[in-house]
Amino acid sequence: MAKIKKKVPAINASSMADISFLLLCYFLMVSSMDVDSGLARRLPPPPQSQEEQASVDVQRRNLLVVLVNSQNEILVQDQQGTVMYANESELEGGPGKQAMKDVVKEFVLNTSNSPDLPQLIEEDFGAPIGTVPVTSNHVISIQNDATTRYSAYIAVQNEVVRAYNELRNEGAKRYFGTSYEELTIDQKEQIDDLYPQRISEAEPKNYGGGE
Amino acid sequence: MGKFNKSGKRDMPALNTSSLPDIVFAVLFFFIITTTLRSETLMVRMKLPTASEVQKLEKKSLVTYINIGPPLDTRLGTGTQMQLNDKFAQVTDIQNYIAQEKASMNEADQPLMTVSIKADENTRMQYITDVKQALRQAYALKISYSARKGEN
Repeated sequence: MAKIKKKVPAINASSMADISFLLLCYFLMVSSMDVDSGLARRLPPPPQSQEEQASVDVQRRNLLVVLVNSQNEILVQDQQGTVMYANESELEGGPGKQAMKDVVKEFVLNTSNSPDLPQLIEEDFGAPIGTVPVTSNHVISIQNDATTRYSAYIAVQNEVVRAYNELRNEGAKRYFGTSYEELTIDQKEQIDDLYPQRISEAEPKNYGGGE
Repeated sequence: MGKFNKSGKRDMPALNTSSLPDIVFAVLFFFIITTTLRSETLMVRMKLPTASEVQKLEKKSLVTYINIGPPLDTRLGTGTQMQLNDKFAQVTDIQNYIAQEKASMNEADQPLMTVSIKADENTRMQYITDVKQALRQAYALKISYSARKGEN
């Protein structure tokens, strides 16, 4: 047997690029890169019994009530006073009217130690914050009517979150010297403990003529 | 001095494209990995509300979606409908839906499950509240009100 060396012909790979380009184009078209974003909330667990539901009691001065009625008018009310906004765009504030986020910030901070704003309680948050008085018992209660528009409700939620975000940013600047975004996870936790988001979303009631 | 060849035409050397498929494959694999093919077809029309303080939902596999809005097919009326997994559903179906989604998840991931409520901005809050109560009953407590980022 004579040894015949058969040469295996090389596979022509020049069309490989074309094929992979086709596949690439297909995945480019199909893939959706958009990431869903939204306002994160935590719901309370369902009430176990009737008594438990009734037992949640909050001191009046610790409560900021935000009402959104069926005409999408917004009422912000604490013991210090009441601010009324006729629609979503007025939430930013206007002539002779405080912006809603400033009302919320004033309520959460209570810098003047006013008896009409939430109680200040000294708490230790660890270095470098130390022991500072905070309104750890405050509650912001957002209540809506059955016929409130969803967008008005989201606008109100957004203003409350904006107030908290600004507070946290200011806290981060004061205690750590950078913005909140640049803190480490532990530092963020400290700031979150300093200004906890205490938002309550109440059951719907009928305010202002909704059926 | 025959070293310099003046008369010869200079040929442009062919560009070596043998590594082109490799590069394209690398990009291709990136897209295969990042793409999520499980995208349901929307049956409700929704224009999400805008908000400026939105957070991104990090892990897509942990997110369950609830779509709320008027149906795209106008023959079905203009009332608010809810879409769960490619079909219209009632608020009472949410518990089953959540239980199903939870069961299909890794056990360690179950407490991290987030429900994203994607609702049209003109929805009445009554509907949203009912959905929220159903989610509470189903112990899906982490929710997110889906919104577009924008100036408010």
